[in-house]
Amino acid sequence: MLEVKGLRKVYQSGSREVEALRDLTFTVENGDLVCLVGPSGCGKTTLLRCLAGLLAPTAGDVRVDGKAVDGPPEGMAVVFQEYGRSLFPWMNVRDNVELPLKQKKVPKRRRQELIEQSLDAVGLTGSAAAYPWQLSGGMQQRVAIARAVAYEPRTLLMDEPFAAVDAQTRADLEDLVRELWKRLGVTILFVTHDIDESVYLGQRVVMLSSSPTVVQDELLIDLPADRDQLTTRADPRFIALRTRVYEQIQAAKKNAER
Amino acid sequence: MTTARRGNPAGDTVLLGVAGLAGLLLIIELMPRLGLVDERFLPPASRIMAALAEEAASGAFWTALSDTLVAWALGLAIAVAAGVLAGLVIGSVPALRALTASTVEFLRPIPSVALIPLAVLLYGTDLGSTLLLVCYAAFWQVLVQVLYGVADVDPVAFETARSFRFSAWARIRHVLWPTALPYVFTGVRLAASVALVLAITAELVIGSPGLGKEIAVAQASEAVPTMYALIVVTGVLGVLINLLARTGERRLLAWHQSVRGEVSA
Ligand SMILES: Nc1ncnc2c1ncn2[C@@H]1O[C@H](COP(=O)(O)OP(=O)(O)O)[C@@H](O)[C@H]1O
Ligand SMILES: [Mg+2]
Repeated sequence: MLEVKGLRKVYQSGSREVEALRDLTFTVENGDLVCLVGPSGCGKTTLLRCLAGLLAPTAGDVRVDGKAVDGPPEGMAVVFQEYGRSLFPWMNVRDNVELPLKQKKVPKRRRQELIEQSLDAVGLTGSAAAYPWQLSGGMQQRVAIARAVAYEPRTLLMDEPFAAVDAQTRADLEDLVRELWKRLGVTILFVTHDIDESVYLGQRVVMLSSSPTVVQDELLIDLPADRDQLTTRADPRFIALRTRVYEQIQAAKKNAER
Repeated sequence: MTTARRGNPAGDTVLLGVAGLAGLLLIIELMPRLGLVDERFLPPASRIMAALAEEAASGAFWTALSDTLVAWALGLAIAVAAGVLAGLVIGSVPALRALTASTVEFLRPIPSVALIPLAVLLYGTDLGSTLLLVCYAAFWQVLVQVLYGVADVDPVAFETARSFRFSAWARIRHVLWPTALPYVFTGVRLAASVALVLAITAELVIGSPGLGKEIAVAQASEAVPTMYALIVVTGVLGVLINLLARTGERRLLAWHQSVRGEVSA
């Protein structure tokens, strides 16, 4: 479970202060898939880094599974937006997936199983020996997802993971995330600036305002659990929901301008 | 013949290189023989070659060569080990980096040869004198490159390692070190050349054992062809060391070149 209470983050660079997050409060229940949507520059990455224990908040309380975050918490994996830079170019795909498992002291036999299963799950069975830079962007992000999945996290944070891949690949990867979530029962916080993506993927959508950033609204996505790129996106309920999200984000913008 | 040459540009280059070298030898042969330069300062190439053959047959030459190589290799090894260690430690602790920055900038430009009096004071004409100069000069080459390398670590890669709870050692071993490795190689290559220059200089000026000392001895005893022969040997050493370093670099960093290729493409 993720709990964020009164989170505030001010970046201090020299004498300049940037208030990336003003006051955020929300929770993500165990096993939930929550999408966090907000305009570019509103502090989504900042929030994620606070949750991942990579960045200390200026004020407020961040808890993962009830424990206050004061460093990267156990049982959490992060998929970064910059997949190309997040994978280690001096290691092939298999070694990239294996290294975090070694750090976690998973026995060798189990490591082999996990690597195979996770590469299978993302459709990269044949690419274990390839180096990341030999793969396309979409495939690289699959490797990053496989690495996170093999780690067997209880919580998975994803930071605009598909912002830089083409539309077709993106649709495939969205379905992959839903499928993995249903199969593994992990808690996922998925960050995106894409309204449609947030509604298609999430069980719940948390909308952030633009800077100074607060939680604008939360919305329960009451679409059926089995989603499909064609039928779900054409579903009148989907369209109604995405309109709601869109309106809220527009309203947030207007508030900010006032 | 012309078409064959066109089809093989690499062979062409080698051929041109050999032709250039032969031309140079010919000029060195002819200049003293035609009286354009005094034979006491530049003997004909054939006599230099003869002296070289004579040297190769003497035990003293091989001892001097091995002395120089030992000083070079030992000094380089110490400098690389110290430079890499210091670079990784300084580079990964920001406070240490700020603390040492001005000191590094002050110590680095001091020409190693300025330390010759100190070396003599400490070690006389022993191997130690040569080592001190070689280590000093080579160390900075390595240190500076390792610092560049550590600064080049991708923050996203580093945060990835942190988020998967890598230990501090694992972050150095699996992120810092592989990133810095290409820079380490550059540092080693530069240091290897500088180390040879300093080894010869130290032997020449201080008289510690090695090829440099032999050059000084040959000059003092007016064995000019031998002096030139020894100079040729140092030149060949320089070329071989550079070749070795470059080949090693290319072999071990296949992934890096490929990544670079990707970026420029
Ligand atoms: N390290 C940093 N130092 C100073 N300002 C930063 C830093 N990181 C992000 N910011 C600023 O904080 C704001 C939010 O950034 P970010 O969290 O990356 O937004 P998002 O991920 O939603 O696009 C931006 O205005 C950005 O310029
Ligand atoms: Mg971002």
